[in-house]
Amino acid sequence: MKTNIILSGVGGQGILTIAAVLDAAALSENLFIKQSEVHGMSQRGGAVQSHVRISDKEVYSDLIPEGKADLILSVEPMELLRYIPFLNKNGWLVTDSNPFINTTNYPEKQDLYEQIKKYPYHVIIDATDIAKKIGNSKVANMVLLGAASNIIPLSEDSLLNAIRSLFKHKSDKIVNLNLEAFFEGKKIAKEFTDLTVNK
Amino acid sequence: MKHLLLGNEAIAQGAIDAGLSGVYAYPGTPSTEITEYIQKSKLTKELNIHTTWSVNEKTAMEAALGMSYTGKRAMVVMKHVGLNVASDVFMNMSISGINGGLVVVVADDPSMHSSQNEQDSRFYGKFAMVPILEPSNQQEAYDIMHYAFDYSEELQLPVLLRIVTRLSHSRSGIDFKSRRLQNEMQLPSDTSRFALIPMNAKKQFEKLIHKKTILVEHSETSSFNELTLSEDKEIGIIACGIAYNYVMENISEDTSFYSILKISQYPLPKEKIKKLYKHCDKILVVEEGYPIVEELLHNYFDTNDKIKGKLTGDIPLTGELNPNIVGNSLGIFQNAAKSIPDIVSSRPPRLCEGCGHTDLFNTINELIPEIGNKNVFGDIGCYALGSLPPLNTINTLIDMGASITMAKGAADAGLENAIAVIGDSTFTHSGMTGLLDAVYENSPITVIISDNSAIAMTGAQESSAVGRLHKICLGIGVHPDHLKTMIPLKKNHQENVELLRTELKYKGLSVIISERPCVRLSRDRKEDIKSKIASLS
Ligand SMILES: Cc1ncc(C[n+]2csc(CCOP(=O)(O)OP(=O)(O)O)c2C)c(N)n1
Ligand code: SF4
Repeated sequence: MKTNIILSGVGGQGILTIAAVLDAAALSENLFIKQSEVHGMSQRGGAVQSHVRISDKEVYSDLIPEGKADLILSVEPMELLRYIPFLNKNGWLVTDSNPFINTTNYPEKQDLYEQIKKYPYHVIIDATDIAKKIGNSKVANMVLLGAASNIIPLSEDSLLNAIRSLFKHKSDKIVNLNLEAFFEGKKIAKEFTDLTVNK
Repeated sequence: MKHLLLGNEAIAQGAIDAGLSGVYAYPGTPSTEITEYIQKSKLTKELNIHTTWSVNEKTAMEAALGMSYTGKRAMVVMKHVGLNVASDVFMNMSISGINGGLVVVVADDPSMHSSQNEQDSRFYGKFAMVPILEPSNQQEAYDIMHYAFDYSEELQLPVLLRIVTRLSHSRSGIDFKSRRLQNEMQLPSDTSRFALIPMNAKKQFEKLIHKKTILVEHSETSSFNELTLSEDKEIGIIACGIAYNYVMENISEDTSFYSILKISQYPLPKEKIKKLYKHCDKILVVEEGYPIVEELLHNYFDTNDKIKGKLTGDIPLTGELNPNIVGNSLGIFQNAAKSIPDIVSSRPPRLCEGCGHTDLFNTINELIPEIGNKNVFGDIGCYALGSLPPLNTINTLIDMGASITMAKGAADAGLENAIAVIGDSTFTHSGMTGLLDAVYENSPITVIISDNSAIAMTGAQESSAVGRLHKICLGIGVHPDHLKTMIPLKKNHQENVELLRTELKYKGLSVIISERPCVRLSRDRKEDIKSKIASLS
């Protein structure tokens, strides 16, 4: 078993929290993991990504080869498309629908959705809105992780435990907020993914 | 259970577990997290490990050498261009040798993710004739630290640990070893080797030259340089450091077609290389950075068709390696990747919303129609983003401190209204000496120190300039009438423009300190800074 996941977004949007949950969950299942991330200049509002590789055998390269990603999970729709060269032919695209516009030539969001929908396996959800309804837009990343959880070969228990241990030093309330976000994402995506897969 | 660590954190933990007494460093991507990890580690307090940031890489390396002189183990950490700054002490401490183990960790940045160039630090190691270690993955990076310190003490030489961005900033599960005790203080039995007057230096240089043979012997037997010969003689691969991973990514399913020499310790093991060379019809050299090994091999064996790599065009000469590049060079079929949809536009980094640098640039931009649009000499830090649209304020960015000295040189040539823009930390790193040049000649330039009370670009570390800039400038000899302060806020815009206009008219040296904390500092940090400034004034 080897799973390659690209997480993408804009510097400051917090994709590393998603990475931290995946890392901890994979480690608790005694799997091998490599997870590369971006530090430095690009963190100032530039494009950032993280390559997460989980396997039951030793993982060599820190970078996912082109055409080998099983999932691109993005907190921003244009940033999702930036990593298309990495997607394998049966790979999944999961993204928040909300654009993060900090450039002058940002495309029309409908055009972005059109592009994403060209790939058979995609989930576009308003994770930010779902997160707000739960109580804090910051947990949008856990909504997305929940939405992608069916595609990720880690047990739900390990993911939930990872979320718990990541936030436990903050407060019970924050732990629960994140868990709720995860479940909400999972629920919504299930309808969505079933639909998409059946097409 | 394994510990999940960044490559940088693995190195830091490895150093602690190898009996470290002090880390000395100036921040710089991709090296910063090494020092930060030790600063945050619970063990640091318990073991009284020194971790405070140094003013620049040269002061850091000298302090590390001082600690080593006392017999304790020290580490100095920097990004690749930092080694240019520290190169004076680096070249000379290979002559003097060290006492307590001394490891120099340098992080290269191929592809220039956050740097001005992609220089390869292995050249410096070779230049100084010291051993170089180049771990291929995070676990090896951890393990190699124990060896590096032991080896440094055994040889009485500093050891260079060369890493690259991808190793630094990638996480993996790490097994720890047991921790070694720190060294007791023990001054060198003979200090004359540290006093490099010519008669001592000559002796020491002879010794260093003779060590070369021993170093090569060690490389031949090092477990970090593993040679595997296969029956199939078609391709032999020399894979250096992290390049080994990209090779294995492509061939780990079935390695039987390839002979491989993994290199993680230099100088190169010549015999092992000869063996591989004789065994195989073709040799592919895969290395991150410059083709330093490949070039040597062409020299060992004369240029011929057998050695392939960057110089022969099999691997690109610039930029970072990746599994696809390496797979291609091995002749392994790579799936044609889909291209990025045309609709995707670039998203370069930019100054944060509410950053004081932006208001400063707006002030300068207001005067550009009067003074010309090529007069602003910039420096390194977040404010370097002022060279991009929509601001387009800054014209130059070369190396830390060059804003002041380039402005001075241009003014010497007759350029009027030359402005230097420099951050507070860059100023204390390398700007102060240049400012003294400008004071000495009363050069007609205006230096603006954009003081945000932080080393913001690398993650808002504490700047040793905090609360000291005025006194430093006065101490260097800036005239008090031309040492001014401004607060870069929208509401002060007009006033700031007038201040700058007045100082530009003055045909001598002016310094304007533009003060506004970085928005990324927490409220607590801002309070700390306030009280620090109060206690210093
Ligand atoms: C010799 C050298 N060391 C370190 C760096 C990495 N570096 C680039 S910018 C910077 C911080 C600059 O801080 P400051 O001048 O205060 O500007 P700020 O980012 O806070 O605006 C550092 C450490 C470098 N480029 N060159
Ligand atoms: S980190 Fe601080 S100095 Fe850098 S752009 Fe943001 S506000 Fe400005």
